[in-house]
Amino acid sequence: MIDTLLFYLSQPFVRYALVVGVLIALCSSLLGVILVLKRFSFIGDGLSHVAFGAMAIAAVVGLTNQMALTLPVTIACAILILWSGQNAKIKGDASIAMLSVGALAIGYLLMSKFPTSSNVAGDVCSSLFGSTKILTLSKSEVILSIVLSIVVVILFTAFYNKFFAVTFDENFAKAVGTKANLINFLIASIIAVIVVLAMNLVGSLLVSALVIFPALSAMRIFKSFRSVTICSAILSVFCAFFGIILSILLETPVGSTIVVTDIVAFAVCTVAGKIKG
Amino acid sequence: MEQLTCKNLKLGYENITLTEDLSFGVEKGDYLCIVGENGAGKSTLMRTILRLQKPLAGTIEYGDGLTASKIGYLPQQTIIQKDFPASVYEVVLSGCQNSLGHRLFYSKEAHKTAKHNMERLGISDLAKRCYRELSGGQQQRVLLARALCATERMLLLDEPVSGLDPMVTLEMYELIKKLNNEGITVIMISHDIQASVKYAKHILHIGNEFFFGTAKDYKKSAAGSKYLEGDAV
Repeated sequence: MIDTLLFYLSQPFVRYALVVGVLIALCSSLLGVILVLKRFSFIGDGLSHVAFGAMAIAAVVGLTNQMALTLPVTIACAILILWSGQNAKIKGDASIAMLSVGALAIGYLLMSKFPTSSNVAGDVCSSLFGSTKILTLSKSEVILSIVLSIVVVILFTAFYNKFFAVTFDENFAKAVGTKANLINFLIASIIAVIVVLAMNLVGSLLVSALVIFPALSAMRIFKSFRSVTICSAILSVFCAFFGIILSILLETPVGSTIVVTDIVAFAVCTVAGKIKG
Repeated sequence: MEQLTCKNLKLGYENITLTEDLSFGVEKGDYLCIVGENGAGKSTLMRTILRLQKPLAGTIEYGDGLTASKIGYLPQQTIIQKDFPASVYEVVLSGCQNSLGHRLFYSKEAHKTAKHNMERLGISDLAKRCYRELSGGQQQRVLLARALCATERMLLLDEPVSGLDPMVTLEMYELIKKLNNEGITVIMISHDIQASVKYAKHILHIGNEFFFGTAKDYKKSAAGSKYLEGDAV
């Protein structure tokens, strides 16, 4: 088993997958804490369906660089959801649900009406559940992921105090002059970028898991915002790493293996939290 | 010296006017209670003073070096805060946001301010505790300490004793009184009319009836006597 592992680790595609997987897991867990606390746990799910719809459109139109359409559309929707969350006629959860299923339906409709390959069902399935795409990453995609992840981590560290203030009490933050709308805008944009990146890893339907599980696990054990954030990041990186390794060794789908690892971690944390009291 | 002067304010939302032609001033060191029935526009007035919302008409002027962002605000608790993992120190420190400006991290001064205000309210020993695990009264103290970090001059309190038991309510009122005696101007929205006339120097009554003046005069006024009687029944 060790030999198999070492053999795989010597392959560049496995190393690429590990690097990208770990980075995406790190980014999504950082933002996850904020989203869970803001009651936007489902935003990852909603946005990934939007990205799925946008990807279908890009494929039908024949764009070679699908990211060029997917990313802006997803960011726009993220802003729409977070913005309208406060005072819209359709409340946060409903607007996410609406966008989510709507985009899914349109995406599937387009993909089956204008098939770009002979295997539509396979295409849809791989976009929804994560394909083997993570194992076929090109060098440029890896570099793009690395750059975007670094940007996300830097932004998160830089705005950490403001993110906390706005998440804990938006009214107070606004009252003392923090530009809360700008901060929300930033959070929305970052989460959209993460979702688009993470779709390669685990697919549309499972993106939410990367966002919410590490955050929720960390909240079982820790009681300050800082320790929850740090624990969430470490857990997420750990689970993504082991998930990918396990999926290679056991020949299971990458995305769902990572999510199962996250679920196990959540169960462990819940028990640990109970013991700790 | 007037710290806050409101002239001919018209408050409300697009189609709904809650209050019209509202004028009053708040002096340095004043203790003003804003009373009135539900929906009279008390919270809207507070949001307008904090510049979270624009008045439909009229002006608000700040004096004595005060600006909207240097008012210490104690909002009502939100659902989000009920299960928020945050230590008491983190919450209090976030009161120093307005000193953050374009800097990204809190200065040593800010940490000092946070510690000082926690001592002031007797919650230093709670620093590492989790906010959501505290009692209602302790949580209010934490939020009050946060508000104090944002201001040296004026506190704006939105029903600070709602949901607290009588003993803790009394402690809270005494604490606010103590801060007022130290020279901090207090503006408070309150439903507790007895406590308002007991502690406040001035009363602003908005809604169906209007009154602005000293607490003493309020007891004799039409609006005041009706309210005080209603409360006694």
